[in-house]
Amino acid sequence: MSDLQSALQGARFDGYVSVFEAQPAGMIQLRADLAEDAVAHAVHRATGATIPQPLGLSTGDRGEALWMAPDELLLRVLTDAIPELLADVQDDLRDHHHLALDVSAMRTEIRVEGAAVREVLAKVTPVDMETLKPGTVRRTRLAQVAAAIWLSNDETAHVLCFRSVATYVFDVLSVSARKGGEVGAF
Amino acid sequence: MLILHCPYCGVDADETELSPGGEAHLTRHGPGSDDTDFESYLFMRENPKGPQFERWRHAMGCGKWFHAARHTVTMQVFGTYPAQTQRPPQEILDRISAAQPGWRWRDLGDEGQRA
Repeated sequence: MSDLQSALQGARFDGYVSVFEAQPAGMIQLRADLAEDAVAHAVHRATGATIPQPLGLSTGDRGEALWMAPDELLLRVLTDAIPELLADVQDDLRDHHHLALDVSAMRTEIRVEGAAVREVLAKVTPVDMETLKPGTVRRTRLAQVAAAIWLSNDETAHVLCFRSVATYVFDVLSVSARKGGEVGAF
Repeated sequence: MLILHCPYCGVDADETELSPGGEAHLTRHGPGSDDTDFESYLFMRENPKGPQFERWRHAMGCGKWFHAARHTVTMQVFGTYPAQTQRPPQEILDRISAAQPGWRWRDLGDEGQRA
């Protein structure tokens, strides 16, 4: 396989919070009946994580599982591990109706760090950032495009958007994070 | 601004996260059906000043289609429910009857009577 190039080549913007592209991760899209034991087993074997609660995220020793929809998970693991893990998942679920795909090149993660992450995101998404708890994954709208947003703590936000709109999302977040744009709403 | 509760992912989604899908509970009349049925399936829509049943898709979120009942004038939302059904849940019909006695929408209406 050809080398995976990141969408933004590690772009970074420092305003009153920092906006930067995260290291590319390996991502597996898994669509299946999440209530089945075989799915829980496959997810655990690939990432070490359990099946996340709805709108949740669970972390294991080899990666994390994000809840995307009632029948869909996104497994985030190390890029190099993808071919092996994908084969494992497909093997574990061969007798079950499922879809498992390597979608590493489909989405880009942009990280926002700083004390005012909630405010910077609140300017561009309809999600109530005041009540969004760390560990809740919200697929939502970010300015004009779809994105998933979650906080790993009160000062670190992860934004996962489609690669084709990565530049747009990065620019929108950069404008939102520009010094002088502080609102002090939170 | 509408806020609808997505019955699949449990999010109270803002209108801008959703895409509208037109009227709910249409019966499809395809090839081989008679012209009147086909015409009504294709073109005839309710345009009520009152309770309306609609399809919405949580497009920016979990991507699922669901149904919503709302009042077109007051924008009161009576409830949302999964799309795998032929008929709105009774509790939503009851809620509409409480808010608007004597309402009618196609063959639905107050007290469950057929029009």
